[in-house]
Formats: sequence, structure tokens, C-alpha cells
Amino acid sequence: MIDRLLSGDLPRGRVLSFLVLAVVLALALAPILFPGQRNLDVAARICVFIVLVASYDLLLGYTGIVSFAHTMFFGIGAYGVAIASVRLGTGWDALAIGLIAALSLSAALALAIGLFSLRVRAIFFAMVTLAVASAFQILASQLSWLTGGEDGLTFRIPAVLTPGFRLSEEPILGVMITGRTLLYWGVFLVSASLFLVMLRMVNAPFGRVLQAIRENDFRAEALGYRTVVYRTSASVLSALIATLAGAMMALWLRYNGPATTLSFSIMVDILLMVVIGGMGSLYGAILGATLFILAQNYLQDLMKQAAAATQGVPLLPELLHPDRWLLWLGVLFVLSVYFFPSGIVGRLRGVER
Amino acid sequence: MTDAPILESRDLTIRFGGHAAVDGVSCAFSRGTLTAIVGPNGAGKTTYFNLISGQLPATAGQVLLAGEDITRLPAPRRARLGVGRAFQLTNLFPNLSVFENVRLAAQARAGAGLSLFRRADRLTDLADKAMACLERVALAGRREALAATLPHGDQRKLEVAIMLALEPRIFMFDEPTAGMSVDEVPVILDLIRRIKAEGDKTILLVEHKMDVVRSLADRIVVLHNGRLVADGEPAAVIASKVVQEAYLGVAASDG
Ligand SMILES: Nc1ncnc2c1ncn2[C@@H]1O[C@H](COP(=O)(O)OP(=O)(O)OP(=O)(O)O)[C@@H](O)[C@H]1O
Ligand SMILES: [Mg+2]
Repeated sequence: MIDRLLSGDLPRGRVLSFLVLAVVLALALAPILFPGQRNLDVAARICVFIVLVASYDLLLGYTGIVSFAHTMFFGIGAYGVAIASVRLGTGWDALAIGLIAALSLSAALALAIGLFSLRVRAIFFAMVTLAVASAFQILASQLSWLTGGEDGLTFRIPAVLTPGFRLSEEPILGVMITGRTLLYWGVFLVSASLFLVMLRMVNAPFGRVLQAIRENDFRAEALGYRTVVYRTSASVLSALIATLAGAMMALWLRYNGPATTLSFSIMVDILLMVVIGGMGSLYGAILGATLFILAQNYLQDLMKQAAAATQGVPLLPELLHPDRWLLWLGVLFVLSVYFFPSGIVGRLRGVER
Repeated sequence: MTDAPILESRDLTIRFGGHAAVDGVSCAFSRGTLTAIVGPNGAGKTTYFNLISGQLPATAGQVLLAGEDITRLPAPRRARLGVGRAFQLTNLFPNLSVFENVRLAAQARAGAGLSLFRRADRLTDLADKAMACLERVALAGRREALAATLPHGDQRKLEVAIMLALEPRIFMFDEPTAGMSVDEVPVILDLIRRIKAEGDKTILLVEHKMDVVRSLADRIVVLHNGRLVADGEPAAVIASKVVQEAYLGVAASDG
């Protein structure tokens, strides 16, 4: 059963399996284990980013394609849902229309970029994605009549998914099940399904060819694989999944703007999560995204306490000031890359081999 | 044998800048034959192979497969049409297992690469075929090893196993035994003999060792400076003066 669900690609290694299982259970039971608006926000963000990071790893880790346009597809999904809800009025039909439009746009863009530039050198593809993504970002903030510009768009979603909705008047298992809780579980289930679909893809004949292309594209061609077709398909699939992740993000936040889904700093975050978790293994996305987002959200709290505790000691409180959290995240990142060049997953698998 | 040749090159030429690495080579290969291609280092043998299997585009001339012009087809198309290639410089998927290297070739042959949602490890016929190919080159014992970790001789064998799994019509071996230890060489030579014995497979073999060439080849083609300088029965070619000068003298001096 588990083997079938995971397409025969189990985490391998006791520590790794334990960590993955722990994260998945914690996310599944987050509304019960970690009540509170902020905690649920973090959990939802982790779910969405696991999907987003895993879909990026499909390109970077499995196929060896460097793209900087991943947040563009993330943003398209988010804008699709947001714009449709604003324009067509709140409702499931608006969400569906927005999502379909977003998926079509993403597929078309990914296909165009792929066919146009994947034939040539990898660095050229990276530059093209960078250019297209920047152009898209500018476009999104300029077309403010449509996108809300820098302010973004706040929108409403169907009432069953809002905090105001109560499943029952009584708490269940000590938790009040609101529309928000339902939405969280929706996000969790969709994320888990998308992850399993990706896991299947990388263990299907298709995914094996992607790895062959990463290893030696010249040889893959000599075997008869048309690498352009495979590379382009991989980038389209990856774009579609990023689009779905974007739609979930917007749905969860009931808001979308350039800074939440399109900005280049999110692209950098994705890169960090892939590398910290471990490239070329989807389980890396689970650990990388979880660790990174936990740090992003709770490191500042931790530092605030540490700074308070070290009051009076010279320099230390200054270094531990919550505003320095990014610096420490950077240090963490450098250390993790230095000590685990193959990411957490690579490290954990390597130890037990 | 009156069949049209299975493979033919007509005035095949490639220039790198001003230098013609393969220069107007016309040569036809009939089905079921083993042709040795010899010539000193830099003669253009590997480049000639690259033109046939499509790794390099011809500057002029044609390549015909079973009478059809394939000169403009990209390498993957030619591979799917049955042109198999084992490379001189070992050319593997380094961080994939030995088994996976061969399985990928079997999968390419089966045209199964674009299937998105089937599990590759459940395609047992491909796995069986890959194992059979590994057994033929005596590598089955190393199936789990990463290709990059194999010793040189085993990498050469793997290179050959990959071509076997492609089940091509044309087998192109580019110095398959180069750098192999003495006890490994017979495995490959036996294998080539057995492919030849199947009768319908056409083999092109680049090989420096004259005793090997003499014992295996139906015919020898000599390249020198990109040109075809001799072509014929092994005994006659080896005895001819032009070969003695163009090739054997040089080959003898580099050991
Ligand atoms: N891609 C390339 N660009 C420029 N020159 C090339 C290229 N490929 C081959 N050559 C040149 O073409 C000539 C023939 O090389 P080739 O590798 O075909 O020789 P060979 O007969 O296979 O030699 P060897 O016995 O050493 O394998 C050499 O002079 C080589 O430098
Ligand atoms: Mg050569």
C-alpha cells in the first residue's frame, strides 16, 4: 500500500523516513496539534512550498535545468484565482475559471520558453527565464487595473472556507472546526496528492529519462531520446504544478500581490529550500521547505528571546537582534551547504549506506 | 548477396574550419557483414562514425540506411531507426546504476520513455532485457554499482551492453577493447562473434589490433587523413603496400 502510494520510492534510511513521517503527520494534524491562527498559517505555507519546491526540483535536481521563472508560474496561479474572484464575483465557478485560465497561460508560456530556448545551452535558458520572469513581474505591477499593482488584490472566497463558517457548534476533539480548518485540510490534501503525483512521475519511464538527460544529454540522444521534447515536457509539468501551488497560496491568504508570489526573493527562497533539502530527491523538498519556513517564521522569536537573555553582554544582543534573522539564515545556509553538499537527504542516505 | 546495402556513405565529408576530418568517403556495407575500419590515430574513424550515427552534421555527401537518405536526421531518429553506437570515449550516465544505464537503453528501444504514470520498476520485460544484456558482457554482478565507480574495463563493457539493449540493425564498435585487461578482451570478442553469427546484423568495428581484425572481419576499410585509401578482403588489404605505408608502419610504432 505504502509502496504503491510512494511509487516504490521510499525515503530510505531510518532517520530520513522518521523525519519525513514526522513532518507529514505534523502537517496532517496541524489544526489539532498546533492551534492558533499563526501556526496554521505557517503549516499551510509549508504545504504549499513543499509542492512548489518539489516541482522546482523536477527541473533542477532531476532534469538539470536551471530556471528562474518558477515564481512566475506560482504568481500566475495566484493571480488567476485572485483576479477571477474579484472580476467574476466570489464563488467556486470563479475559482475554477481562474485556475483553468492560469493553467493554460502557464502551459503556453512554459512551452514557448522551452521550445524557444531549451535546444541551446543551459545558460541561455537560464537567462531567458530570468528575462521573462522580470518582464512578467513588471507587467503585473504596471497593469494595476487588473492586478491591483503593488497593493495586490484582496478577494473573498466561498463561505464554507472562511473562519466564519462552523462545521458544528461544538468543538470536535477539543478543536473548533471552522471553514479555515477545512480549507487547511483541503490545502494539505491537494499538496499531498500533488507530491505523490510528482513522486510517480519521477519513478515513471519519463522521470528516468529526465535523470538520464541530467547525467548525459548527449548519450540520451544517442539512445534515441529527443531531449528537447523531454526537457520541454518537464518544464511544462513543473510550471503547471507551480501554478496549482500559487492558486492554493492565494486561496489561503485570500490575497495576492507581487511580493507574496512573484518576487525574486521567493525564487531565491525556493533555490535555498531545494539545496538545503537535497537536489534530485523529492523528499528533500519536504525537509527543505519545512526547515526553511520554520526558521523564517520562528527564528525571529527565538532570537528575540536570546537577545533578551544576553542583555548586558557586549555585542551579543546586537548580533541576536531579531532584525538580523536573515543574516543568521544566511549563515545556516552556508553551513548546511558546506557540511551537506548533497542536502539533508543526501547526507542522511549517505550515512546509512 | 544482391541486396541493396543496408548502410552506405556517399562522398561523406566533414570539415572543421579548413581541415577535412572525413573527406569524400564512399563506402557501402551489406547486411550481415563485419567490416573493420582501420587507420592511424586521427585518421577520421571516430568522426566517420559520428557522421553515420548523427552526432556530427555532414558538410557534404550522404548517409543512406537501407536506401533511405538519413543525412539530415538528428541522432535520436537514427538511433530509433536502428543505428547503434558504442563510443570510444566511454560515454555513460555516471551517477546512475549499471543496471539503470542499460535499462534506459531497453526503454528507449521499447519507445516507452514518454509514459508518465507507470512505474518504471514494474516494466519487468525491460528489466529482464537489461539483465540479459548485462549477462552477455559479464557485468550482471555489478548491477547496483554506479557507472562512474566501475573500473575502466567494466565501463567499456557497459558501453557495449547499452548498445546491445538498443537491439540495433547496425552495431558500431569504436575500439571496444581499448584499455581492457587481457582476460576481459575475449568476452567482448566472443560477443562480437556471436552478434555476427546471428547473420542479419551488420557490424562496423574500429580496431587497432591487427590480429583481432584479421580473425573477425569479412572486409577491411582503411582511412588515412580522412580519405578511404584501401578497401577489400582482409588478407589482401593487410598485404597491400598502401596499407603497410599508411597504417601498419604507424600502428607498429605506437605500440
Ligand atoms: N569536433 C571536432 N572539432 C575539430 N576537429 C575535430 C573534431 N572531431 C575530430 N576532429 C579532428 O578530426 C580528426 C580525426 O579525428 P578522429 O577522432 O575521427 O580520429 P580517429 O581515427 O578516431 O583517431 P583515434 O584512432 O585516435 O581514435 C583529428 O585531426 C581530430 O582532431
Ligand atoms: Mg577514434
